[in-house]
Formats: sequence, C-alpha cells, structure tokens
Amino acid sequence: MKGAEAIGEAAIRAGASAYFCYPITPQTEVAEYLAKRMPQVGGVFLQGESEVAVANMLFGAAATGKRVFTSTSSPGFSLMAEAMSYIAGAELPVVFINVMRCGPGLGGVLAAQGDYWQATRNSGHGDYRCPVLAPCSVQEAAELTVQAFDLAEKYRNPVILLADGMIGQMMEPVSLDSLTPGVPSEKPWATTGCRGRDPNIIKSLYLDPHVLEKMNLRLSAKYRRMVDEEVQVELYNQRDRLDLLVVAYGTMARICKTAIDILGEEGLHLALVRPISLFPFPAAAVHAAARHATRVVTVELSQGQMVEDVDLALRELGPSEFFGRSGGVVPTPDEVAGAFRRLAKGACQ
Amino acid sequence: MTATQTLYSRPEALRRVPTHYCPGCTHGTAHRLIAEVIDALGIRERTVGIAPVGCAVLAYNYFNCDFLEAAHGRAPAFATGVKRVRPDLIVFTYQGDGDLASIGMGEIVHAANRGEKFTVIFINNAIYGMTGGQMAPTTLPGQITTTCPDGRDVRQVGYPIRMSELLATLRTPAYVARGSLHEPGRILEAKRFIEKAFRYQVEDRCFALVELLSTCPTNWAMPPDVACKWLADNMIPYYPLGELKLPEESVTS
Repeated sequence: MKGAEAIGEAAIRAGASAYFCYPITPQTEVAEYLAKRMPQVGGVFLQGESEVAVANMLFGAAATGKRVFTSTSSPGFSLMAEAMSYIAGAELPVVFINVMRCGPGLGGVLAAQGDYWQATRNSGHGDYRCPVLAPCSVQEAAELTVQAFDLAEKYRNPVILLADGMIGQMMEPVSLDSLTPGVPSEKPWATTGCRGRDPNIIKSLYLDPHVLEKMNLRLSAKYRRMVDEEVQVELYNQRDRLDLLVVAYGTMARICKTAIDILGEEGLHLALVRPISLFPFPAAAVHAAARHATRVVTVELSQGQMVEDVDLALRELGPSEFFGRSGGVVPTPDEVAGAFRRLAKGACQ
Repeated sequence: MTATQTLYSRPEALRRVPTHYCPGCTHGTAHRLIAEVIDALGIRERTVGIAPVGCAVLAYNYFNCDFLEAAHGRAPAFATGVKRVRPDLIVFTYQGDGDLASIGMGEIVHAANRGEKFTVIFINNAIYGMTGGQMAPTTLPGQITTTCPDGRDVRQVGYPIRMSELLATLRTPAYVARGSLHEPGRILEAKRFIEKAFRYQVEDRCFALVELLSTCPTNWAMPPDVACKWLADNMIPYYPLGELKLPEESVTS
C-alpha cells in the first residue's frame, strides 16, 4: 500500500468521519483515496477552496464532537497555521497530517524535514503546543495516524503527524488489522444544539487578562502532562560502548540504520535514537544513550533543526555533531556511512 | 373583562443580558430579529451560531443557543464544517463587512458557490466598527474614515463591493436579499427576509444570505437619528433593497 493511502485508510479505521483537503504534492493521493473511500463508509469528503478554509472547516466539524482530519504538505501547512492556533485555543481535537516537502517558499516537491521547528514549536500564533508524531515506515504511518486521533481526543488538542514525502509516496506491506483505535469519548462540550442543557460556546477569546492567564496555565499543565505521558522513541543497536550515537527521525532514521549496519560489519559500534514523538521530545532517552557514546551526531533532511533539541537534551554531554542534506536530496546509506565513519574514527583518535 | 396578553417580550433565543453595543447601533435590532425568527421556527435547541471578528465578536454572549467564535472572515468555513458533519443542525453566521467582504471574501464566495445549506446574516455598515472606524470594502465613495481621512478615493482603492449582487451572479441556487434597519417598515421587511433565509435552511433547500444595511453612529460620528437618515440618503442608492436571488429562479439560469 502507498503511504498516503495507508494514512487515509488508517484514519477511517480510527473512526474519522470527515476529511477536508486542498490538493498539494506530494500527498494528494490521500485526498484521491478518500474521495472514493469516505462516501463508502458514510463519511464526509470535502475539497475546500484553500488550506485556510480547510483548517477552519475542521474547527467547525470538530466542534460537533466528530473525529476529523486533513492532510497537506509544507506550504499548505503554513496556511493552516492560523486555524491551528484557534483550534488549540478552543481545545478541539483535530488531526493534521503534514507530508513535508522541501522549502522555503514553494521549494520543491521532494522529501525533506524542514518543517520540524514549525511543527514542534508553534505553527500559529500564541502560547500552545501540539503533539507531533513522526513515522519511519508505511506501517508506522498507519499506526501513528490511529494514535493521533486518540491523542487528539485525550488532550482535546490538535495533533500533527509529521511525515516526509518519502513516507507518503513509498509502497510497503501494511497490516491494517493490527490497528486498535481507542473508543471515542463522551463530548459534553460539543456544539450540537442545546436541547436539555445550557448552550455550549466554543471560543478562544478571553479579554480579561487574568482569565486568559488562567487558561494559559491550564493549557501549560496539559502540555506538561504530554511531556510526562506521551514520549515515544525507538532505540536501535544500543550497547555499553559506542563509537558514535546517531539521532534521526522519519525516513532519515531508516537510512541511518542501514549505515549503522554497514559500519557494524567494519567493527564500528554505532547506535540510533529515533524520536517517534518529536513533541514531546525524548530528551531523557537521548541523554541516557549519549552517556555511552564518545560522540553524538544528529542527522536530518534539513540544514539542522532537531539538532537544537538534541543539544538541549545532551546538556553537559553536548553539543552534537550534525549531518544534513536538503533541497530534496536524500543521501544514500553509503554517503551517510562515510560521514559516520569519519566522525567515529575521529572520536577514536 | 379582558385577559392580559403579552404582545412583546424578549425572545427565548436572546439571553437576558445587556449588550456592549454603542447607543444607536443597529446590531441589537439585528440580533432581536434573528432571535424572533429562531423562536418562530422553533429551532433554538438545534441551532449553532458562528460569531465573527468585529463588533459582534461577543454575539455568543447574547444569543441563547450553541455558538462558535470564528477567526476573522472564516465563519463560512466554520459553518461548512458544522453543517457537513451535522446536516440536521441549523447553522448561521453573523458577519460584518470587513469580516465577510474583505478578509473573508474567499470563504463566503466558495461557501455560496458550493451551495452550503446555512444562513448568513451580513451586517453592512460601510465601516470597520470594532477597530475604530477604518475603511471597509463597503465604504462609500468620498466617505471619510480614519484610513481614508480625505474620503474614499475610488481611483486608489476602487469602488465599494456590492456583495449581494456579486453572490447573486453565482449559478448555484441560493437566496440572497438586502434589507435595512434604519426605519420600522424596513426592519419588518428585513425580518421577513431573515425568516425566509432560515426557512430555506430548515427545508434543506439552499445557501441563504441576508445583507442588512446598518448604522454605526459612533464611527460615522453622527447622532443615531442622523445616522439613520445618512443610511437612507447615501447607502440605499448604492445598495438597493430587495430580494436579489431566489433559489427557484436560479435552477434554470
């Protein structure tokens, strides 16, 4: 199954009842898949006039308590940022899938990881955070899509699935039967008509500074709870003594695994920490693994964004080295192994 | 002996709270007309309103039904989201001219063109109210505002947009009407337009928009009675009143 289709099908299995979209490469296949599939399951498919409108349609649809989502790619994600801020402020569960392409600007349509900052900090204005999940295979993209819906509901918060163009376009076997979505929760806050209760109002406007600060503190406590409960990380090839520790996510992590295996045959000991949740960032896992390594390298399909989170995690052990390609250039495992070899041997000397 | 009859009281669809609107402003009249229609149609408990950014941003505090507070201009997208997943709900947006005709131009045109079955109440007072009297897309030629202190110069910024006429050109069936809130007869006519616009939605017929010419005495810098006269003398000639489009007519066009 193609990654884009697996994401669409996983969302349906997760109980998504509406999908709003605007076409943009390299993930338009999600829209094409759901244009056929959503009507089959009695769901809503709607192509909006812009990503701005789409993200605001999501606000309205989510306010009724339904599971709703969209998918887009980097420039489209920027246009959705306005509504994401309102959705975070109004505390609505919405899943945003960003299949990253390269930038800045119109950039190119090939795989990149240049939207890390945008996803893990704030894409929109104001004091908010969103959980960010980063798959490295089509199977994982399907699984994390399901998780994203559950997380969005658990926290009443937007959740971002941050994939790259490679994940969206790649074909791999997928087991959809293993997906286990949670049961949708009761939503007494939803705007569904006020029969038998007082009217519900869903808003993000608080003109009294003390009331808004109280709201900010409550949101902040929610984000801290995410940090405590939602860290996901994969450790690959961990051992007591490492010539080099690699930190990478998504497609880049897969390439790094192959590079680590190549160097393993040469007798070099490398391990990988692969953040699956980018926010919350697995800082403790990075720090713990780095204590066994002489050096740490962060590898990204960008000129260096996650490396700042790695350096924060490393604290007294840091900073990390960096290797990155961008513009849609995806390095081969041999190229990455070459860079690792130089770093590992440099560390040995 | 005659029994006491209540001829006039607060509609159930309005809360018993004072509003923040300026003296002489017609928002209160518009709110009341909508609330009377909601009561008359018996739809309060399945209605979701969408508030704009503008003077009516706090409308959710005044209407006694479920409400969302939208981003500036995006109310038609919010309404689309609600209505698409819950077609059984009655959804209306309440938007000013800056909200609907400037920043929200894309959202309103496409919602109308898709034939989204919700109701739009469009308040046209030819000025930005909440931010303190700036030029709107509907500001009349020569009209003075804080951002066109010498009067709107149509050579620089073009002519005011007639939104109802623009939307009425769309082929998709719709109900589009323009009323005015400056005198009692017109207020009653506006109520008939609003009732029709909601009824089309209740009957699952079509997109419906009612533009209401409104006064802004504060930012027009006029007493309320002078503002009503200014509306009649200046706005109505440029924004003629009446029903511009009926869904029945547009089927064959």
